[in-house]
Amino acid sequence: MIKFVIIFIGLLLFSINGFGSVNNCMSCHLDLEDEGGSASKFAKDIHSQKGLGCADCHGGDPTLDDMDDVRDSRGFRGVPNHLEVPDFCARCHSDATYMHNHNPSLPVDQLAKYKTSIHGQLLFSAKDKKVANCVSCHSVHEIGNGQMPYSSTHPSNLPATCAKCHSDKDYMAEYKIPTDQFEKYSSSVHGQALLERGDLGAPACNDCHGNHGAAPPGVSSLAAVCGVCHALEAELFEKSPHADAFLENDFPMCETCHSNHDIVKPSDKMIGTAESSLCTECHAADDGTIGLPTADSILTSLNNLVLAHLNAKQSLDEAILKGMMTTNEEFLLKEVDQSLIQARTLIHSFDMDSVAPKAMEGIAKADTIIVNSAGLIDEYYFRRKGLAVATLIITFLAFMLYRKIRKIEQK
Amino acid sequence: MDGSQNGLIKKGYQWLDDRLHINSLVEYMSSKEVPKHSHSIFYYLGGITLFLFIVQIITGILLLMYYRPGADSAYESVKFIVSEVSFGWLIRAIHSWSANLMVLSAFLHMFTVFFTRAYRKPREMTWYTGMGLLALSMTFGFSGYLLPWNELAFFATRVGTGMAGAMPVIGDYLMVIMRGGEEVTGATIGRFFGLHVAILPLLTTGLLTLHLVFIQRQGMSEPMNWAGKKQEDKKFMKFFPNFIYRDALVWLIALNILALLAVIFPDGIGVVHWPLGEKADPFAAPPAVIRPEWYFMFAFQALKMLPAHIWFIEGELFGIIVFGIGGLIWMLIPLLDRRANENKRSPMVMAFGTFIVLFIVVMTIVGYLVE
Repeated sequence: MIKFVIIFIGLLLFSINGFGSVNNCMSCHLDLEDEGGSASKFAKDIHSQKGLGCADCHGGDPTLDDMDDVRDSRGFRGVPNHLEVPDFCARCHSDATYMHNHNPSLPVDQLAKYKTSIHGQLLFSAKDKKVANCVSCHSVHEIGNGQMPYSSTHPSNLPATCAKCHSDKDYMAEYKIPTDQFEKYSSSVHGQALLERGDLGAPACNDCHGNHGAAPPGVSSLAAVCGVCHALEAELFEKSPHADAFLENDFPMCETCHSNHDIVKPSDKMIGTAESSLCTECHAADDGTIGLPTADSILTSLNNLVLAHLNAKQSLDEAILKGMMTTNEEFLLKEVDQSLIQARTLIHSFDMDSVAPKAMEGIAKADTIIVNSAGLIDEYYFRRKGLAVATLIITFLAFMLYRKIRKIEQK
Repeated sequence: MDGSQNGLIKKGYQWLDDRLHINSLVEYMSSKEVPKHSHSIFYYLGGITLFLFIVQIITGILLLMYYRPGADSAYESVKFIVSEVSFGWLIRAIHSWSANLMVLSAFLHMFTVFFTRAYRKPREMTWYTGMGLLALSMTFGFSGYLLPWNELAFFATRVGTGMAGAMPVIGDYLMVIMRGGEEVTGATIGRFFGLHVAILPLLTTGLLTLHLVFIQRQGMSEPMNWAGKKQEDKKFMKFFPNFIYRDALVWLIALNILALLAVIFPDGIGVVHWPLGEKADPFAAPPAVIRPEWYFMFAFQALKMLPAHIWFIEGELFGIIVFGIGGLIWMLIPLLDRRANENKRSPMVMAFGTFIVLFIVVMTIVGYLVE
């Protein structure tokens, strides 16, 4: 009897609990779709995880069994066409009150920003049905936020998401823009960090171009884009003699030397007067500027610091190999590393008076390491000699004692 | 040595003898004899352990002059000792090498006493005090390991004290008492330091005095196969000067080995190493390999290999109970091995001893291999 009562109460609770969340859309759409169709993906979608159902976007009464009845039911919106999608999503995503109840930290200006982007302008003004709308980037029923690894907008997936259209030559042909951005980005220092090493701190497409308001950075705004991460370099450049010269000649600030999508790891070869140097692309010996002499001096300073660092490391390695206590010197070598990084950053001032003192500071520290390491190596040999003397004395004493024992025991 | 020097030494000796009656002590020692047989070499293991303990006291006192306990000063003071203090590196190296060699020789001493069954009547008390001394030596090692307050020591102590916390009933209290709180902190250094430089030396000195008095009163144990021998068939050497001189020779050899190891490998070598490394940081990620000192490795590895649960008991707790019972049997072996008192063979005791040795050796090797 008790069993029946428990089962009855259980069924009652189940039916009450299930009553409010009846979703007949799924039962039909899952039957009608092939495996892996958009309805089956919805469970993974962030909207589903937040408790929203089909009717919250598509409208209609989800408790009805018949599809035709659903279409005729109140508020049915169905599937939006390509041009309708932004407004369809913005119904909720631009409603601050509604969004506050679901995700208060999410901005509600996506549509406004989208309208300022090239994508939005083409969609709304030119009624372009190929240009990206919300679902082009976020997917239809597999939408995740940027922190979800499966999401198309997760930093590690984002370059591929953009490349879906931007690397498709046929698809992009009518827009007359390059389609090699992804290829170049993948081999760049940023692309390698993000895509190969999984460094989520490295920039993806949206970090430079923006996301909903995506636009290519102009010549004047480029320093601001790069300067978000490379603040010190941007600040030094702004104060340098190059800032005005670049502006006058319409040279994009960072891009002129570092390029854009295929930015490689900078090397000291980029500066100086050799053929490999970037300075010689604009400057000549007789151009009436101090460009090349400055570049040559900066390179000499850097080379001296690199050489001092190398010598210091070799001396220190020898002391380490001999098992000496080198903690202080290892710490000092890190400071030399730091000086080298800072001196290379100071190149962006294009001012010898900034680079040289930093290089000298590093060289002085490297010299201290060399002197200390030599002292430690001398100490090592002193210890060995001391050991040899001590061992000889102890061995001599042991030998004398052995002779004494033999003498006593022979009696 | 010329005649005048000899005369001076004789006068000095006479002066001392008049006041301290040294002659009677020398006569007493000369009358004592040490058995001479194929296993006589084992008699020197106790002496080596004693020598290394003396080295520990001397180097420990020297280190104490610069060492400053505390989370903010321990690491810095050890770094100062090894990098700035003249011969500080050598003192620390000798202290560390000597500590490891002392535990090794104490273990070897214990096993040779066990397998020669020298613990039999009337030397049961010597065995008990010796076991106590070994336990104290290991506690010395455990408490000293934390004192430099470096990364490895910090995490090893956290694991070690955590294992003590798995003991039944008293585990939690014991862990808090050992750590001076719930976590390993500066308070733990204070406790371990007090233990290492005051409590343990006091206990060890007391127990060691008893151990040596027992040996002096009872003399060295004769091998079991001498039981039926006539007195004239047995070989002996005089305790003084023969055995003392031989002991001194062994001590000199030990000193030479110690000097070689300390100078050539000041930070240890292989599995026996103590580089200062980085300062302990409780918020840092633990190093990939956390392991105790080599003489705790067998227990550490055995506990690690146990499943989460054995019957209804937690695996670690089960291991600690088994170790406790095993240790108690080992400690009480003079009481359990009654056949030894009758000079009869005890295959069960020998099998037990062999099993323990194999267990320790195999578990130690496995412990280092699996890492």
